Amino acid sequence: MKNSLREKIVGNLQGFLVPLVVLAVWQWLSSHAIVNPQILPTPTAVLAKWWEYLMPMEAYDPAKSGYLAWIFSGELIRDAYSSLYRVVVGFLVGAALALPLGLMMGANDRIYKLFNPLIQVLRPIPPIAFIPLSILWFGLGNPPAIFLIVIGAFFPILMNTIAGVRHVDGIYIRAARSLGANQATMFLRVILPAATPYILTGARIGVGTAFIVVIVAEMIAVNNGLGYRILEAREFFWSDKIIAGMFSIGLLGLAIDTGMNRLNNYLLKWHRGIESK
Amino acid sequence: MTMQPHIQISNVSKVFSSGDREVVALDDINLSIAAGEFICLLGPSGCGKSTLLNAVAGFSLPTTGEVLVDGNPVQQPGPDRGMVFQEYALFPWMTVEKNIAFGLEIQKQSKAQIKEKVGALLKMLNLQDFRDRYPKDLSGGMRQRVAIARVLALDSPIMLMDEPFGALDSLTRRNLQDELLRIWMEFKKTIIFVTHSIEESIYLADRIVVMTYRPGKIKKNVSVAMPHPRDPSSAEFNDLKKELSLLVMEEQSRHRQEESKATTAD
Repeated sequence: MKNSLREKIVGNLQGFLVPLVVLAVWQWLSSHAIVNPQILPTPTAVLAKWWEYLMPMEAYDPAKSGYLAWIFSGELIRDAYSSLYRVVVGFLVGAALALPLGLMMGANDRIYKLFNPLIQVLRPIPPIAFIPLSILWFGLGNPPAIFLIVIGAFFPILMNTIAGVRHVDGIYIRAARSLGANQATMFLRVILPAATPYILTGARIGVGTAFIVVIVAEMIAVNNGLGYRILEAREFFWSDKIIAGMFSIGLLGLAIDTGMNRLNNYLLKWHRGIESK
Repeated sequence: MTMQPHIQISNVSKVFSSGDREVVALDDINLSIAAGEFICLLGPSGCGKSTLLNAVAGFSLPTTGEVLVDGNPVQQPGPDRGMVFQEYALFPWMTVEKNIAFGLEIQKQSKAQIKEKVGALLKMLNLQDFRDRYPKDLSGGMRQRVAIARVLALDSPIMLMDEPFGALDSLTRRNLQDELLRIWMEFKKTIIFVTHSIEESIYLADRIVVMTYRPGKIKKNVSVAMPHPRDPSSAEFNDLKKELSLLVMEEQSRHRQEESKATTAD
């Protein structure tokens, strides 16, 4: 027990080694003005800026708002919330469109042949190439940003759902038929769960794409969110805030991916290769 | 009581065509099976025994001829003919309990009824401790027990088994064979059991139907009169084994010759 605890601590310390060295070199480079601190501020300056960005801008005033509302009134929290909101709404709309279409295309050859040519033409267009059109169609604000995220999430989920349904092992279909399953039962209780590993892979790629797209969309179509904030910081030459914003984007992305991973493990606890704990 | 056989296979032929080549898998099969009979279809691989089973199951209908069950032609698979596959075919996303309950849920039986039936089956097949496990956590023998329970839950009079114990080690295999015999006697099922193991067929069957290699025909019907439990070391058992071995080996060597012919032709 003692040994394994020690191994664990040593293991965790090892994980910090490389980042610490990088930080130290960075600190040394910018504090000795080898690199202009205007271009590359010191890590401590970035951290200070990040803290300032995170914390509320005004002093706490019980007359104006509750303590919780105040704590979450910092600029970073509001930006992260705006970005996350767009990702979630866009992703959910994209998934809600892609999932039924993918299930139908995977299960029915005629529907597949009907839709596949259009999808093959649209799919290679990067979502970012839709920016001009989305602004023409939806103006500025949330709608064009969400539209872009929908497109970013739609195709990975669609393609993986189609593949998932097509790869359902025929033996499950045969077993379910011999047990008397009708079409609806076959779809909901056999094909859909059998295709979940693929669908979840698609969802994970879709969220990743949505997160890339939201940052770009915010740089162009809206005036809040993490993507907007780092572009705004550039206008003022606040390189410390740019890096603090990038760091925040990274943290949010990591949180989303961890969440998706948890969901994946929960939904696939029956799957080989995932240990149930 | 009518004298109509339970399962009547009449003039069944099955031709598979791939490209311009045609393979006659079954050629004019006629077989009558009485209610409660335990039939083994025996033959080397490629003799069409699984094809015949699939025709009775309704997965793949015969090219000509028909299969009648209680006088009705088989058109599609159904819960009156429970199927046990060699690959178990359990739904990996369902627990053991859910797998067994699936057929009953399809029939919209009440929750209490399902719970009672599933509970009894779990007990009968010694699966109580595994009810909340997923198939991935079970051994091959356990999985096949669940698959048998899933079919028994349906109360179907007919059980179709496609080399169900082929992937199991010999001890587990003997174990499951004994359990199957117990179930067969208790529930008076009609069983069609596909195997390429001569010993397995003698251990289990009332009647062994030996099939020929392509085109699949019935080579011989062999009744086994020995009482259960049968002793594989007895003289009677071994005499029959010798007789069947000769029949099967003839077909196996034809299989080999055709294969080598095919490779030299290529």
